[in-house]
Amino acid sequence: MKALIVVDPKRCVGCHSCELACAVAHSRHRQLYGAVAEDPPPQSRVYVERYQKTNLPLQCRHCEDAPCVNICPTSAMQKGAWGEAVLIDKGRCIGCKWCLLVCPFGAITLGPEEKAMVKCDLCAERAAEGRPPACTEACLTGALQYTPVEEFTRTKRREFVVDFLQSS
Amino acid sequence: MEKEKLTGRSMDPAVQEMISRAAKEGVETVWDRLEKMEPQCGFGDLGLCCRHCLQGPCRINPFGEPQRGICGASADTMVARGLDRAIAAGTAAHSGHARHLAHTLKKMAKGETTDYTIKDRDKLLAVAGRLGIAVEGREDMAIALDVAEAALADFHEKDTPVLWAATTVTPGRVKVLSDLGLVPRGIDHEISEIMHRTLYGVDADPVNLLLGGLRCGVADLAGCYMGTDLADILFGVPRPVVTEANLGTLKADAVNVALHGHNPVLSDIIVSVAREMEAEAQKAGASGINLLGICCTGNEILMRHGVPSCTHSVSQEMVMLTGALDAMVVDYQCIMPAVATVAECCGTPLITTMEICKIPGATHIQFHEETAVENAKAALRQAIAAFTRRKGKPVQIPAVKQKVVAGFSVETIVGALAKLNAEDPLKPLIDNIVAGNIRGVCLFAGCNNVKVSQDLNFLTIARRLLQENVLVLATGCGAGALMRHGFLDPANTAALCGDGLKAVLTAVGEANGLGGPLPPVLHLGSCVDNSRAVAVAVAVANRLGVDTDKLPVVASAAEAVSEKAVSIGAYAVAAGLPTHVGVMLPVLGSPLVTQVLTEKVKDLTGGYFIVELDPAAAAEKLLAAIDQRRAGLGLK
Repeated sequence: MKALIVVDPKRCVGCHSCELACAVAHSRHRQLYGAVAEDPPPQSRVYVERYQKTNLPLQCRHCEDAPCVNICPTSAMQKGAWGEAVLIDKGRCIGCKWCLLVCPFGAITLGPEEKAMVKCDLCAERAAEGRPPACTEACLTGALQYTPVEEFTRTKRREFVVDFLQSS
Repeated sequence: MEKEKLTGRSMDPAVQEMISRAAKEGVETVWDRLEKMEPQCGFGDLGLCCRHCLQGPCRINPFGEPQRGICGASADTMVARGLDRAIAAGTAAHSGHARHLAHTLKKMAKGETTDYTIKDRDKLLAVAGRLGIAVEGREDMAIALDVAEAALADFHEKDTPVLWAATTVTPGRVKVLSDLGLVPRGIDHEISEIMHRTLYGVDADPVNLLLGGLRCGVADLAGCYMGTDLADILFGVPRPVVTEANLGTLKADAVNVALHGHNPVLSDIIVSVAREMEAEAQKAGASGINLLGICCTGNEILMRHGVPSCTHSVSQEMVMLTGALDAMVVDYQCIMPAVATVAECCGTPLITTMEICKIPGATHIQFHEETAVENAKAALRQAIAAFTRRKGKPVQIPAVKQKVVAGFSVETIVGALAKLNAEDPLKPLIDNIVAGNIRGVCLFAGCNNVKVSQDLNFLTIARRLLQENVLVLATGCGAGALMRHGFLDPANTAALCGDGLKAVLTAVGEANGLGGPLPPVLHLGSCVDNSRAVAVAVAVANRLGVDTDKLPVVASAAEAVSEKAVSIGAYAVAAGLPTHVGVMLPVLGSPLVTQVLTEKVKDLTGGYFIVELDPAAAAEKLLAAIDQRRAGLGLK
């Protein structure tokens, strides 16, 4: 994984555009007009939650030491190399829902096919085409951004330094 | 359901009881749907989305790019266009209601229907006189025909201005509106022009757009005023009635029929037909037919016939959850399609009656003025049949109801004041305003919004204003909110009102032989009857020789929902009133539009919007606006 989904709740206006785009990206048609007619309807892997006045788009954080990977009895839940996405091998998934129980973020849920679980896959298919995850592309306010880890931490360091030196 | 969650949804104990029942029964309600809808779209909330052309949809990012729509429309343009369309929709609804009555009046005058009569000849003559229609030596039906045709003529563009606007405001206001180019040329013309100017590639100037919206707002006043006038002619000017409100008015052993919507054109007929059908209901084993009102249809039949109001606006689904409702008969406006689902869950027939308002899952009985009585009977027979199926089954009717004294038309108010001063009826009111016994006047209007705990804003603001001796008038579901909490019961006048107001309400009540005060809040009627508040303000302004923007009169749509509330707000501002809205209008995406609506428009019409979501703070702002007006008139 060269990048991560950076979530900025301050910028989230709660438009659900990320959810819509995620569902479309994981639909059979891969486009809105076809997707809206699908049965079962395509499912989003990102959830815009709200507490008081703050919106927070939640999705799988692709933990390095992932509880879902650790607990999976059939090794359906797999973690690639360091920094790679946590992915589900649908063929191995028995739908036992242990991963759903242990995920700290509630980011894994049951899919429409009853057996396989559904979670963010960092838009693996789009990634192969060099495109960022659909949710980050759909987010108009920049509450969700797909940013290389180094770039993110560099920006963060820069902001810290400016704040720190200005206030001291 | 825990207490905190219930009070977060409604302040009405009867509604709370039904919310718990819905949760237990697994029936989805408006509050559940709100939860599922959250977080709601921020672009829409800010007015920053546009679907006016096929290049869209466009959204503008309040935090960065894009700052313009694909066509180049700025946030200001987008927000102003969206607001204009809301005003046009509200105007279309009120005037559609009025036009329906105009057609009814015309059919009656031409003898095409015998189910309607002129119930109030004095009102017919007063309206005709105001419009300049000759009355001397003419048959009533000929006058009525002229009034109906004048009404219908007000819809299209013509050489004369819209009469129901030009003849209903102060002479000073006619000049202000003329100078600003805000005199509507035809009600439909203004609605149509809004649709034109907000089309792809037409008006992009936010201020020009807002002025167009205000002119449409004045057309909405005309529609509302016409609705009131024609309903009064056909069904009678409301006189004081004593009745009750809330779900406790349902009766387990009666055929309970709720009449919901806005237009009295069918509901008033149902009221008279129900009396004839009592025997039929009794034959089915019921104690009789128990009619109940919801929303403004409820207000219309409450004001004219004392029919109890069982609930309002956001809690309309709750009536069915009692299990005791035998039919809900609806006309149009504010009928949530969800009632069809709840109706199915509860086994209650939902009956639609209007060509333009059909709901999947409902039974449709097409209403025609020519067959009004027959249509009314058909609806009631369905209710009786439903009662026979329901008879003996358990129901849960909350033991909650409040006494209501309503029916305060302008004619009633002036008549009541005339008992104090027959020569100059408005003088006692004006004297008390000057003396400070009445600090000012506030009109509560509009709906219950699911985003607010039902009634909380109305109750909080009204309590404070009454203590501060503000005379409170109410219409629509604002009146509904206040009536369900005892604010229309004279027994509560002493506890709720400040000393000055209490003395005035008591003096008027006793002079009218009530043996006590008027209720704390005067119920003027339905939402078209906001025209009655304008009529009171205009009468007082004319008597004082000032314009309406100088009066210590304010308005509040504390829990607004409908686009009709937006158009009413527009005409209140055009009339010069400080106008509070207690929920967010979708305008914050444009700082310019927000500033025009809340400040700059004051320099044009004298009125302005106060957008304040905190009811306690809103009450203080309304009091400050009243005091500012008092100071302007040289009053302490």
